[in-house]
Amino acid sequence: MWEALQFEFLRNALMAGLLASIACGVIGTLVVVNRIVFLAGGIAHAAYGGIGLACFLGLPYMFGTFGFALVVAMIMAAMTVRDRHRSDTVIGVLWAVGMALGVVLLDLTPGYNVDLMSYLFGSILTVPATDLWAMAAVVTVVTALVFRFYSAFVAMSYDAEFARLRGVPVGGLYFLLLGMISISVVIVIQVVGLILVIAMLTIPPYIAEKFSDSLWGMMLLSSLISCILTLFGLWISYRWNLTSGATIILVNGAAFFLLILGERLRARHRRMKLACRPNPPLEDDPREAVR
Amino acid sequence: MKETPAVEIRDVSFSYNGQPVLQHVNLSLKNGDFTALIGPNGGGKTTLLKLMIGLLKPDSGEVRILGEAPRRVSRRLGYMPQEIGINRNFPISVMDVVLTGRIDPSRRWGGHTREDREAARTVLEKVNMWASRDRRIGRLSGGERQRVFIARAMAAEPDILFLDEPTASVDAFHQGQLFDLLRDLNKRITIIIVNHDLMVISSYVKSVACVNRKLHYHDGGEITEDMIHMYQCPVELVAHGIPHRVLRTHGSKTCGKPSNSSS
Repeated sequence: MWEALQFEFLRNALMAGLLASIACGVIGTLVVVNRIVFLAGGIAHAAYGGIGLACFLGLPYMFGTFGFALVVAMIMAAMTVRDRHRSDTVIGVLWAVGMALGVVLLDLTPGYNVDLMSYLFGSILTVPATDLWAMAAVVTVVTALVFRFYSAFVAMSYDAEFARLRGVPVGGLYFLLLGMISISVVIVIQVVGLILVIAMLTIPPYIAEKFSDSLWGMMLLSSLISCILTLFGLWISYRWNLTSGATIILVNGAAFFLLILGERLRARHRRMKLACRPNPPLEDDPREAVR
Repeated sequence: MKETPAVEIRDVSFSYNGQPVLQHVNLSLKNGDFTALIGPNGGGKTTLLKLMIGLLKPDSGEVRILGEAPRRVSRRLGYMPQEIGINRNFPISVMDVVLTGRIDPSRRWGGHTREDREAARTVLEKVNMWASRDRRIGRLSGGERQRVFIARAMAAEPDILFLDEPTASVDAFHQGQLFDLLRDLNKRITIIIVNHDLMVISSYVKSVACVNRKLHYHDGGEITEDMIHMYQCPVELVAHGIPHRVLRTHGSKTCGKPSNSSS
């Protein structure tokens, strides 16, 4: 495995995977606890319009997509900020329109034959060094913003109404959050592609949530989990010559289902133990016995 | 000089998706009051509370809190919501939940001061939850969680405390303790509480407002026929003036039945 690191493209791929993992750990945590997974998916897919736009105008992929995803995110924020829990229709529409726009813009781009698959499923093995710098910048900005507004994000994510009453600018934070989601999504598209972004944004935080007692702990842990799963996926894809983005997602998915299976088995084990012990010993804490 | 009322509601109406919830409500509560909002489910108690603190805007009419628009004084208000819609799996400790009550946007966002932690400790001790400060909020029982939410509301050291069903799943012992605590707080601050169990609060509150689309405020004296009709169930009447006491129970039908048989 180590001899593979002499290839620059693999070193870049590793770096891209790690950067994307950190972004996913931090932003994915906020996505999961705010229950806006569908919205994040909408932004990811609508970002395809940005890819089309970048090609059409002859801009570098990153700039066109950043700009477009950011605009889409702001539109979504404006349309959903009032009624966060009933925004699925709006999201669905923007999701579809963004993608359709991307396809049409690519049609209109003369003589440009884009490798669609690389955007849909990621192109981690072809990430150029310049994109790595952009990714590092995004990760730095996102992490710094979350750090700066950490307690406000905690208050908003836990109970937005209460936070608003305490004077936390909940609306502004919501726009900021969606903006950060959009730029994070763009860099993660490089790694696993826009269709699979959602898995990387949600699976590691979902696993981490179960073992964390604070939001920052969840961010840290899910970044770590994401790094491990991404590296493992990358290794498998290199070893058996598989599509790297899809392999990374399958590894994430496997971890997710293993966790759920483990939980089920543990719950069952606990039930069996209780059933075998009809009378709990008296010296037990009575509150424990009630449970 | 006439004192500014704590809460002043003038001809307020509110509807959800065209369904009128409150119509032409008028209410004025003075500072130091301890008011219970009672009424049937869906009568608009919570809506009225949210209108008071500015989380909802009235379709018409005006709400004044401490003489100002609610949003301008929101930092002087303490609020304990019903638990609906709060993410139970959220990774947050009891202490951190209470600390969200101390957030101050005018300050640097970074973290909380020693003073904040001291204040959080004081309120957690008052509701008997200090020992559980490091536990994850989702692992508490419903009643314990409600006590934490009350602590969070008090952590801000508000001038008016708004509580929405604060004792819905709190056991009798803690309920009594909680109301004693509220009575003590009431010496300094105004308290407005939504509660459907009039029996429990009758000996603590100073006034009662019946909310069922319309509002009937009642400060001293007897509960009127009108009010019983509004409440749509045999009301446990409350006598006002000091000391408060429960007069008697009318009939034995449970709450929520149609009103035509109640009197």
